[in-house]
Amino acid sequence: MVDQPLAVAARSLFYRKKRHRDLRQRFIEVLLFLAALSSVLTTIAIMVLLVTESLPLFEKVSIIEFITGRDWAPLFDPPRYGILPLICGTFVTSMVALFVAIPMGTIAAMYLSEFAAPKLREVAKPVLEILAGIPTVVYGYFALLFVTPVLQMLYSPFGEKLSEWLPDIFPYELEGFNMLGPGIVMGIMITPTISSISEDAMRAVPVELREGSYATGATRFQTAWKVVFPAAISGIIASYILGISRAVGETMIVAVAAGLQPTLTLNPLRPAATITTYIVQVSLGDTPHGTIGYQTIFAAGLTLVLLTLFFNVIGYFLSRRFRETY
Amino acid sequence: MQGSLAGVRGNIQRRQLWSAIFAIVGLLVLFIAIIVLLALILQLAIQGVPRLSWAFFTSFPSSKAEEAGILSALVGTALVMLVTAFTAIPIGIASGIYLEEYARKNWIAALIEINVTNLAGVPSIVYGLLAMGLFKSALQLGESVLTAGLTLALLILPVVIVTTREALRAIPSGLREAAYALGASKWQMVWDHILPYASGSILTGIIIGLSRAIGETAPLITIGALTFISFLPPSPFKSDFPFLSFDWVRSPFTVMPIQMFNWVSRPEPEFQLNAAAAGVILVALTLLMNGLAIYLRYRFRKGVKW
Repeated sequence: MVDQPLAVAARSLFYRKKRHRDLRQRFIEVLLFLAALSSVLTTIAIMVLLVTESLPLFEKVSIIEFITGRDWAPLFDPPRYGILPLICGTFVTSMVALFVAIPMGTIAAMYLSEFAAPKLREVAKPVLEILAGIPTVVYGYFALLFVTPVLQMLYSPFGEKLSEWLPDIFPYELEGFNMLGPGIVMGIMITPTISSISEDAMRAVPVELREGSYATGATRFQTAWKVVFPAAISGIIASYILGISRAVGETMIVAVAAGLQPTLTLNPLRPAATITTYIVQVSLGDTPHGTIGYQTIFAAGLTLVLLTLFFNVIGYFLSRRFRETY
Repeated sequence: MQGSLAGVRGNIQRRQLWSAIFAIVGLLVLFIAIIVLLALILQLAIQGVPRLSWAFFTSFPSSKAEEAGILSALVGTALVMLVTAFTAIPIGIASGIYLEEYARKNWIAALIEINVTNLAGVPSIVYGLLAMGLFKSALQLGESVLTAGLTLALLILPVVIVTTREALRAIPSGLREAAYALGASKWQMVWDHILPYASGSILTGIIIGLSRAIGETAPLITIGALTFISFLPPSPFKSDFPFLSFDWVRSPFTVMPIQMFNWVSRPEPEFQLNAAAAGVILVALTLLMNGLAIYLRYRFRKGVKW
């Protein structure tokens, strides 16, 4: 006990260091928390901006007129504010895309998860990933200058347009700007998203289920389709919903290849504008804060976010309803 | 039919046939994907590669298609990516660390988690509207490199956060306990032990996020990226003290995808050749980055055996 004062000093030094260290820990944790909070702030900022910047528009136009109006020409005189044509364009291009992406994505996922040899899977997955990583403006170029000309060639199989040859069956011409070409390209772009998430879901199905199925004499296809697919349906639905969100929000492919004219039509052979391409078209010009153009693109953006939110909520409940746990 | 051996055999054969047919269909779908990828690349290459020359890389945009080049777009892309990387990487990794290592299981953590998932599904053009209202109007940052970089950073933040979390989650808890046992604080444990092991996977996520940002067009159109920039932003290096200048972040800009969009939307076929050439460079960049990410992931997965 000779060194009593020294021990006291050491202990107090220890506590000082500990306090210092604890303080540093708190500081770091707060910093990390703030970083994590930034994503929440982003969401809040998006919602607040979309609502506040489009509110002035709804003082001029009633929401009923906005949703049910069949004519979209806000920058003309007299202005007309019916968003239905834009929603229609979004709907048609998305439907075309999903007609391509859902079958292709599901089949690819089922094949990669249940049929393909590991070697093939190792090659196919990166290819699909690269397909998903190509910039959308490049896909737009592809849709306008490759897919649409090919479609036009197919549309006149014997050197004469189907619309002239068989006008009763094909009353419409396939125009240079149309919704079919970009829709198909969009579908190809979305396919990897659907296939990769669906495949993960299918591979997560326990192997005992497959073995049980094989033991009863089922073939590979029967096992995949009647056992694995239903067991993974929750994740598969989630992938479809993500695909729908991407199709609805896709901008550049449609902006390049579908024309920018708002048209109320369900015919994919015709050009049209979507919600997203309207935003692009207006922002290509000068849009100072507070002008009609400025307000309408925020209103369009709000519509877009509400649409994707709607699909996400539906998807959430669907995939919960069908979830299987093992 | 039931009971007879021939009937059972026929039934089995029929089902096997369906199985074989599906296998062929599945292969076909994969082939279609590969063929589309090849068609896209070939179409771009056939149209665009003849336009690729030294002059194309060192010229400014021009109203004459043959004299137009991508110098300002290339420099713009590089500068915007610099801002994006410097913002998204620290914030993304920090958020990932917080959510995975620090967050308690309470409603705030749940909220942040749901929020990150939802943000990943928000259409990119909506980020453009956010930038237009927040960075451009409210914060008065203008149509600048800074606005563009911040916008793209917000856009790729969810990618960085999600991959950081997955990387951290893959590290066995024994490593954490070992660090604690030696008296490390929580931050020392994360910084000195967990992060170095996770850095490979995090890097993969960052590369994928940046490759997405390079190709992103729509949000930058909304904030008013110009397509006809015939000058370069001020240089970041100066001859006098402090040798670095940040004037370039306030400079107007154009980027590769916007330049390509401008060219492809012109009716003259000469400009569409330019668009193809710009497309070749864009696709080469994204292929390179994606390839690097795939390779890195492959290597790290092979290398580490816990």
